[in-house]
Amino acid sequence: MTAIPIEGSRKFHLGDSAFKALLLLAALIILATLGAILVILFLAGRLAFQQFGLPFLWTDAWDPVRDVYGALSPIIGTLASSALALVLAWPVGFGIAYFLTETCPKFLRTPLGVAVELLAAIPSIVYGMWGLFVMAPLIADPIQPWITANAWMIWIAAIIALYFAFSGVVGSALGRTGLARIANGVFLLGALAAIGYFAWFRTDLPVLPSLDNPFWWWFQGGAIGGAGLFTAAVVLAIMILPFIAATSRDVLLTTPQLLKDGGYAMGATRWEVLTGIVIPAVRGSLFGAVFLGLGRALGETMAVTFVIGNATRAPDSFFAPTTSIAALVANSFPEAVNGSLKQGSLFALGFILFVVSFLVLAMARLLLRQGRMTG
Amino acid sequence: MSMLALNRANYQRRKLGSIAMNLACTLAAMIGIVFLALILITLLQKGLAGLSLSVFTENMRARGGGLGNAILGSLIQTGLGALMGTPLGMAAGVYLAEVGHNSRFAAVVRFVNDILLSAPSVLIGLFVYQLVVLPMHGFSGFAGSVALALLAMPVIARTTEDILKLVPDSYREGSIALGAREATTVGRVIIPAAFGGILTGILLAVARISGETAPLIFTSFNSFNWSSDLTKPMASLPIAIYRNAQSPYPELVQLAWTGALIITFGVLLFNILSRLSHHFISGRR
Repeated sequence: MTAIPIEGSRKFHLGDSAFKALLLLAALIILATLGAILVILFLAGRLAFQQFGLPFLWTDAWDPVRDVYGALSPIIGTLASSALALVLAWPVGFGIAYFLTETCPKFLRTPLGVAVELLAAIPSIVYGMWGLFVMAPLIADPIQPWITANAWMIWIAAIIALYFAFSGVVGSALGRTGLARIANGVFLLGALAAIGYFAWFRTDLPVLPSLDNPFWWWFQGGAIGGAGLFTAAVVLAIMILPFIAATSRDVLLTTPQLLKDGGYAMGATRWEVLTGIVIPAVRGSLFGAVFLGLGRALGETMAVTFVIGNATRAPDSFFAPTTSIAALVANSFPEAVNGSLKQGSLFALGFILFVVSFLVLAMARLLLRQGRMTG
Repeated sequence: MSMLALNRANYQRRKLGSIAMNLACTLAAMIGIVFLALILITLLQKGLAGLSLSVFTENMRARGGGLGNAILGSLIQTGLGALMGTPLGMAAGVYLAEVGHNSRFAAVVRFVNDILLSAPSVLIGLFVYQLVVLPMHGFSGFAGSVALALLAMPVIARTTEDILKLVPDSYREGSIALGAREATTVGRVIIPAAFGGILTGILLAVARISGETAPLIFTSFNSFNWSSDLTKPMASLPIAIYRNAQSPYPELVQLAWTGALIITFGVLLFNILSRLSHHFISGRR
């Protein structure tokens, strides 16, 4: 059979392919944007890469007077504040997600869920301002002195939490085998010894001595007015909290009800259904939600700039003022002369941040997608 | 008999453990919600104290003044950003849902779009500095709008694709059966059917870009004038908050709180509007 010629079919075709070409152009613009950001940040930062080479990444220097720059302290500040924020925010965020999907009374479920989503939309500058005027003074006065005086208690609490996390990981990896019992026992002995040390000496833990500071301690030192790494982490944690809660809730909701009902029918308790059925079913996606929160924390600017202290040196305690890549760029870029080495170094920092967040976000998307297929 | 008693004791123990963990989770949720509520209460308390007509009618000054020109600048830049970002985002979303489907290329675009969706906004500012500010020899409201458009585009692309996927295939088949070409099918059948959802995406994007601060620092900078000239530096509400909050003068700090209240209220309003549009417009069709 031959095709029946339709009148005006050529015009018809042309209109459609023009339409498709326009749509394709928009899709290409999205690809081009990502590529252009990478290329332009790299090109703008090549001055710094040429001058300092790869050691730029691990040089601890930021000295506009001598025109010497290194990325170490903003990189450490970025990673440390984000990691600490995740440690603080994840348990609470997951708690909210679990509460919203399982234990919350039905009539509260929708309003609370909507409230959490709305809170995730509040601009980060509002969180930053709140951190500067409310949280930082609180940390400067009652919180930090208390933690400094009672560092040994914090360490004991951390060791206990670590023990439970460890036995949970061992339990899920090895099951109830002899090997798991031995590993648990060894870890328990170590934990008990450490608890004994802190309870007996009632002291903080010294960290590796550095040149200019022979002994520094995790919970000593700090900044005037409460601006420092810990404050930044707390404000970041509060900011990513609704975000982690909302994504984790969506992930928990993807577990088929049938699976859960099966668990209940076997006589499992709510918690056993969560740890034995829901979490194994959506584990990848849950990690995806965490990575998404991490990606957010890494690049967050306004919530951090106000409260991190903006000192361009690596932090030497939880409370020390330091800086992050985003905060340093926001603070120093407006006064950097166009084409100067300082501006080049800031662009180089931007390039590093973009590459790191790209990797973290890509990881998050892969994990979330994988979860969607199985869950 | 003894086995049964043992099982019962075991079950009691497990149940207690479960209740304890549930309580812990509830407690965590309470702590989180209390913290977030505290922020809103502080914001209301401190922001309302400085709310007056002069905040809206006076421009920013080195001391005193208001936020009028910053609010105007924010409206202009957010509006223009949305205006530039919407067609691009929508077209990309339509491409992914109607043309690309499951092709490899579409998967890559989807992935890249997801990355752009949560890429650090401060870097978009640096990018636009090189792309627009340097060639135009100076900070400008236009550069700020471009940065905001780049932030709005992935949000709109994502929501458009998601919502178009919900349109039943029978609509497409019906349109094609009537002899409509693809452009007509999309423009006259599919987009109207999904209008509520697309509007939701646009409003969400507006809510997001209206609160963005970091990308504006290096693009539209700041201005003390009532300026609507897109080629000159332009004030914006987030930047006004950023600058005033760091000032040593109490009246400027007060203005920062009031500005934060206005911006939060605006963002929440757009979010609620987007929910309503989703509810009503899609519900009606």
